[in-house]
Amino acid sequence: MKLTRRYRFAASHRLDVPALSPEENRRLFGKCNNPYGHGHDYVLDITVEGAPDDSGQIVNRREMDLLVGEKILERLDHRDLNKDVPELERVPPTTENLASAIRGMLEKAWTLPARLVRVRISETERNIFELEA
Amino acid sequence: MYLTRKAEFSASHVCANPTLDEAENRRIYGAASNPNGHGHNYIVEVTVEGEADPVTGMVFDLRELKEILNREVIEPMDHRFLNREVAPFDKIVPTTENLAIEIWRRLRPSIDRENARLKNVRLYETADLFVDYGGEA
Repeated sequence: MKLTRRYRFAASHRLDVPALSPEENRRLFGKCNNPYGHGHDYVLDITVEGAPDDSGQIVNRREMDLLVGEKILERLDHRDLNKDVPELERVPPTTENLASAIRGMLEKAWTLPARLVRVRISETERNIFELEA
Repeated sequence: MYLTRKAEFSASHVCANPTLDEAENRRIYGAASNPNGHGHNYIVEVTVEGEADPVTGMVFDLRELKEILNREVIEPMDHRFLNREVAPFDKIVPTTENLAIEIWRRLRPSIDRENARLKNVRLYETADLFVDYGGEA
């Protein structure tokens, strides 16, 4: 059985690859390359899998919220993804790379009995990225 | 091919194990253990797997699926206090997990047939929390 919990955070970013010329960056990333960055209200769905324990839950909601709160939201919410998140220092903070970084941060810190199985993140309602854990 | 039908019901519940004390229930279930209960607008998405019938072009008759959902889930649960009015939640804690399992158990006998079977029950407790149950032991 799977359980999915939704979290939200707001962050700014700028898509730019220093190894490429300004023209190439502009062509590749369009408005996302504007020099001072911009932000999104990200929606993060985290899915865990397991069997319900004696409490009838596969995961304790508070424990999951504490872990995601400490390891993800406190580090990303109201932050600049390019400057404030070491995991994204060397790669452009596309939502693909952000999803991958979040999965890595969660896998490293995971202490819950239910298995982490999926990370799904939307940058806007129109762009959604999903990664199996 | 998968076909999914959605339905809603509103119900109240308390998540607390009567054999545990109040502090322990609060530790496990948080505010959901408040003794007089609270409610949710549940959304259930029922997914049926099958092949489209060569004559009707349908995996499952949607009208029949709606009737099954109404009879087995919506009518017994809508605007009810789950712990007090809907078995087996007088005996087991109506967490979203247990509720999804119970909905599966109620629906499957009416849905499973030669060319179609119940594939998944997705139950949203709120927009921010849902479970998927596919009959796992």
